[in-house]
Amino acid sequence: MTRNPQNGLLGRIDGDVAGILLLAALLVIVLPLGLDIFRLNMVGKYLTYAFVALGLVLCWGSAGILSLGQGIFFGIGGYCMAMFLKLEASSPEATKIQSTPGIPDFMDWNQLTALPWFWEPFHSLTFSIVAVVAVPALLAFIVGLAMFKRRVGGVYFAIITQAFAAILTILIVGQQGYTGGINGITDLRTLKGWDIRTDEAKLVLYFVNAALLIGCILLCLYVRRSKLGRILVALRDKEDRVRFSGYDVANFKIFVFCFAAALSAVGGAMFTLQVGFMSPSFVGIVPSIEMVIYCAVGGRLSLLGAVYGTLLVNWAKTMLSESFPELWLFAMGTLFIGVVMVFPNGLAGLYQQYIAPRLRRPIVGRAKMPAAAAPIIPPHTAAD
Amino acid sequence: MFEGYSLAELGSIFAMQGFAGLILFSVFVLMALGLAIIFGQMGVINMAHGEFMILGAYVTYLCSNFISSTVPALFPAYFFIAMILAFFASGALGMLVEWGMIRFLYRRPLDTLLATWGLSLILQQVFRSVFGAREVGVVLPDWLMGSVAVTDTIEVPINGLFVMGLTMAITVVIYAVMFRSRWGQGVRAVMQNRTMAGAVGINTEKVDRYTFGLGCGIAGVAGSAFTMVGSTGPTSGQLYIVDTFLVVVFGGAQSLIGTIASAFTISQAQSTMEFFLSGSTAKVLTLLTVVVILMLRPQGLFVLKVRR
Repeated sequence: MTRNPQNGLLGRIDGDVAGILLLAALLVIVLPLGLDIFRLNMVGKYLTYAFVALGLVLCWGSAGILSLGQGIFFGIGGYCMAMFLKLEASSPEATKIQSTPGIPDFMDWNQLTALPWFWEPFHSLTFSIVAVVAVPALLAFIVGLAMFKRRVGGVYFAIITQAFAAILTILIVGQQGYTGGINGITDLRTLKGWDIRTDEAKLVLYFVNAALLIGCILLCLYVRRSKLGRILVALRDKEDRVRFSGYDVANFKIFVFCFAAALSAVGGAMFTLQVGFMSPSFVGIVPSIEMVIYCAVGGRLSLLGAVYGTLLVNWAKTMLSESFPELWLFAMGTLFIGVVMVFPNGLAGLYQQYIAPRLRRPIVGRAKMPAAAAPIIPPHTAAD
Repeated sequence: MFEGYSLAELGSIFAMQGFAGLILFSVFVLMALGLAIIFGQMGVINMAHGEFMILGAYVTYLCSNFISSTVPALFPAYFFIAMILAFFASGALGMLVEWGMIRFLYRRPLDTLLATWGLSLILQQVFRSVFGAREVGVVLPDWLMGSVAVTDTIEVPINGLFVMGLTMAITVVIYAVMFRSRWGQGVRAVMQNRTMAGAVGINTEKVDRYTFGLGCGIAGVAGSAFTMVGSTGPTSGQLYIVDTFLVVVFGGAQSLIGTIASAFTISQAQSTMEFFLSGSTAKVLTLLTVVVILMLRPQGLFVLKVRR
């Protein structure tokens, strides 16, 4: 039970909702007005990583499970989408110069003469969209089941997820004929006949992406506010006590890992749609651990912080690699060390420590007076 | 996958691939020994371990260039000088890193992982700025060139033999230091029960620093040995880091014997399969098998029994 509903719960809801509205305004109004379509598309690309960062806030920040393999799920989501788009782009008419028309070009180059069985269902858009979420969630479920039921966690979990990221990259690169190899799946054109390469399409996709992101933030907020969210925090801090209280800790961990996987996969699918290709360079160890730093810079405990962190790090990366490519790795390395040693709660932590108290003072001052005048009915305890 | 080979040919293939696997095994063991000390004993995830190894490799490269241009008479023996320099260079950097970074993070293993990853990125860029992005190789002295013909079909390169011998020698030395010396006893005491070790008068901070330095120093020696069998680039270390972590975890993080056994298994499986399947499939199968076994047996092959 919240001891002080007027200040605690109400204040928190106001803060979170206001923050989300502010982010929504930034994404939907300010950025589209202020940036040309090339830069806006780039922001859209950054925002797809924010889905991964959101998943990590829940998985790592709330529940204390650090996965170094989120790129796997981002990649699988992206590949599912790319497979559908590639099949649409490889209609028999469009590929009639190939020795086997009707199959993706890279298969033809690798002397495949028929579509592999696991590509077949991706002719259907419905199946592909379901697969974007279901395949990564299923994989996460299997991995989670095997690991968490045996009480493997912490560092071991991180290493094994990292190994999976390595395995998947080697597999994708090695199986060129089935996956497009190191180049990935490229030259994607239309979605159900709608050309995704035009500027209008990019604008529409940007808004779809922003809306999805806001939706996912609300979903994450709901999970965090629920009893489940509190159990996750509890098992992060004192796992044994939660277990002794009669909860099956493993199930909660599996859930949050699957949830984070599904979020990453949505990001991956949106990435494919907006950028127009998918390749193993978004799957492996390096991108996976970079995604962790997006979340850490924003603040591993803050959903909104993760989004801003993602935008900021990616923006810095683009700026630095455009002008001083050799500095980027130094900056990135320093960021990793600094975020861990100097400000472990990231931007959100700095905000809460230095900026929020200044902002809150006048607001709380006003809010306290009616609360003191009418303390009899705490309005929000029923929701608690 | 065995069709078309006669039994004798198969025998030779297995012997040659087995030997190639032994070289991989040597690199794994040298990398993993340092990591096993740091991770297994201290519980610190050092993602920059590969870069410490590459530092050793670059020190060897510099040393070989320096000696061949100034005192060519010493050239046949440059490797031993380089190895010692590599050990101290990597070890000193390791101690510096422990002092400046790791010691604040002992209670937060996941954060150590991220911080050392950052360190590895910085070191990679330093290597790239100093030595260039292209891979460099060392010139082997004459006595390491060539190969020994064991039978008509089996040939064994001398540099490989040398690296293996070196690995064995280093393993024995580490075993002696960790399990037969008073200092090693102190290290093990600190790792098993830090508070009690401190209470009986062991300076735990000093032990931590030297242990980390030792682990990194061994990585430097590994890098030195690595130049004998391959060329060195700024990102070569990263190629081995995941494999090495799997080797250590698979062997049971606190057991040196387990580390060696698992390095042997993984390297042999990989190089034998590499001949019959493509390199990437072999690697995928090996890693996947290891990961699946680890899921079934998370504590690894060998477990040190400690009362907690």
